[in-house]
Amino acid sequence: MDFFIQLLINGISIGFLYGLSAMGFVMIFKSSSVLNFAHGEILAFGAFLFLALVTWAQLPIWLGFLVTLAGSFVLGFVIERIFLRPLIGELLIYVIMLTVGLAAMFKGGMLLVWGGNLYTYPDFLPEGLGINWGIVQVPPVYVAAVIIGSLFLLMFGLFFKFSSQGIYMRSVADNQTAALSLGVHVRRVFALSWAIAAMVAGISGIVLGIINGITVHELSSVGLKVFPVVILGGLDSIGGAIIGGLIIGLLETFTGGYLSPSLRDVVPYIALVFILLVKPYGLFGLAEIERV
Amino acid sequence: MKTLRFRPCGNFKVQYREELTVFDTDFGRLWSAVGIVVLFAVVPWIATPYLLYVVNLIGISAIAALGLNILVGYTGLISLGHGAFFGVGAYSAGILAVTYGIPFLAVVPLAGLVTAVVGMVFGIPSGRLKGLYLTIATLAGQFIIEYVLVHWESVTGGTMGITLPAPSIFGVAIAGDLSFFYVIYATAVVMVFGAVNLMRTRYGRAFVAIRDNDRAAEGMGIPIFRYKLLSFAVSSFYAGVAGALWGYYMISITAEPFTLGLSVEYIAMIVIGGLGSIPGAIFGTVFITLLNEGLRWATDTIMNMGGLAGVELTMAPLREFVFGLAIVLFILFEPRGLAEVWRIVRSSFKLWPFSY
Repeated sequence: MDFFIQLLINGISIGFLYGLSAMGFVMIFKSSSVLNFAHGEILAFGAFLFLALVTWAQLPIWLGFLVTLAGSFVLGFVIERIFLRPLIGELLIYVIMLTVGLAAMFKGGMLLVWGGNLYTYPDFLPEGLGINWGIVQVPPVYVAAVIIGSLFLLMFGLFFKFSSQGIYMRSVADNQTAALSLGVHVRRVFALSWAIAAMVAGISGIVLGIINGITVHELSSVGLKVFPVVILGGLDSIGGAIIGGLIIGLLETFTGGYLSPSLRDVVPYIALVFILLVKPYGLFGLAEIERV
Repeated sequence: MKTLRFRPCGNFKVQYREELTVFDTDFGRLWSAVGIVVLFAVVPWIATPYLLYVVNLIGISAIAALGLNILVGYTGLISLGHGAFFGVGAYSAGILAVTYGIPFLAVVPLAGLVTAVVGMVFGIPSGRLKGLYLTIATLAGQFIIEYVLVHWESVTGGTMGITLPAPSIFGVAIAGDLSFFYVIYATAVVMVFGAVNLMRTRYGRAFVAIRDNDRAAEGMGIPIFRYKLLSFAVSSFYAGVAGALWGYYMISITAEPFTLGLSVEYIAMIVIGGLGSIPGAIFGTVFITLLNEGLRWATDTIMNMGGLAGVELTMAPLREFVFGLAIVLFILFEPRGLAEVWRIVRSSFKLWPFSY
């Protein structure tokens, strides 16, 4: 029973992180229909930027955090401006291949700078954050992850519901042409959604880095694990990303705990194939219906 | 009597048959014949052993890339699992040769057929899915195949891998780069011939119709699911044959090389070479393989000069970076790839001095 509860808690926390990572991904897809294979690398970039700021530049934690957010925001903006903008209206394969190429570029670049070694952040989370109720033990990192995740989910919920930029972004996602004709600055919306998505990715990179340590390979592989999550949740649903993340996280930890640890990494993809066969648009995704 | 055609200076075709010819001019026919003769008679004798090794690798990758181009470039189904299919080919060759003792000549096509079946299994999602969703399904296929190759130990030998026996054709042993050169390029020529002609048949034209507009294709009576599966099968067959040759050439195989990175490499080959173009797949393979070897040479040289003492310059990250850069630059500046560059160069010679 203890083992079960521990797995449950681990699964939920990891699932929350997957959800958080998937959120940025969904945001890009929703506004510009770009499937971003470089998401894991953007996430790793955030983690390493924070590392450099905190350990090398010796900035205080909160300042380092804010600068990382700003840096990731700028990165997303620049990626959209330089690489994605020329491809608006191009064939799908070019857009996909471009993000695959970007992923290879970023990964190679980061490996050149930092190598494949494992780094860790200095311990800065307060000890009191952890939960310790008898059999239920939650390390502080997981609590922090859930708090940060919920906070951002709430903020994004409010942003999309009430702010004018958020409403523009939703309108572009809904119908690009109609939004354009009603005076929405579509290109700005694209740039903004890339920037915000990169920022969210940066945050999840930091949180993942606190939990598992920071290596280029580990963090960028999270970018691929996002795919089962978003397919399960529905490619264009932000809430679905969180729920998909939770389900995939639980599935992963329970498989790792009860069946075999080596199966753990592949079970999300097996689930992915089944979801695609049975319910391709996910739990909350918008079904595209085509008839001949 | 048929007159020789050299250089059409306009479109004078009056029949559909003429549209379908492989060679527009007898000049082209002549040059390809000369090319094949030079390839087989001259190249292996002037190449150094290392160069011959690179040439052989190019031949193997070209077969696999050709297969991927049939799927991605002609049918428009983006697959991120080609590296894994290549691995399936290598492994099934190993299993057929070692466990069942089947001779080389039968193993290579059989490995292709096994891979074709595996490819069709992972192509089943294409019945309901297209575009992005199908790409993600093939990504999942890549990871699942990778897992099976490592963990199905009773069949694949796990991390130990498989060691293939030395192949022989009718009692003639094939060993060394030179004899492999002939085997690989003979296969490659047959495969290219097959691909060129496949695209002239109703099947190839149905693939193109599906790529251009799948709903219209279905409306015209093409059963698109069946053709998509067929495209997966053909493409995987190419990957399987290439994988089997690779397995024999490398002698011992493990699951290590068949990662997502390899799949991306194949996609890079066809994007850089030119989607939906058979010469493109070959150009792209040559480009990527030479880029690979060039980078290896450059890092070695720099390391030997000791110019960057203390800096750990490793090959893999640099390679990955340059790869990514090449893909990005080609997509941004020449999305139709090297095949288009080649066409432009050729036509500027052809039209000189009146290039308008």
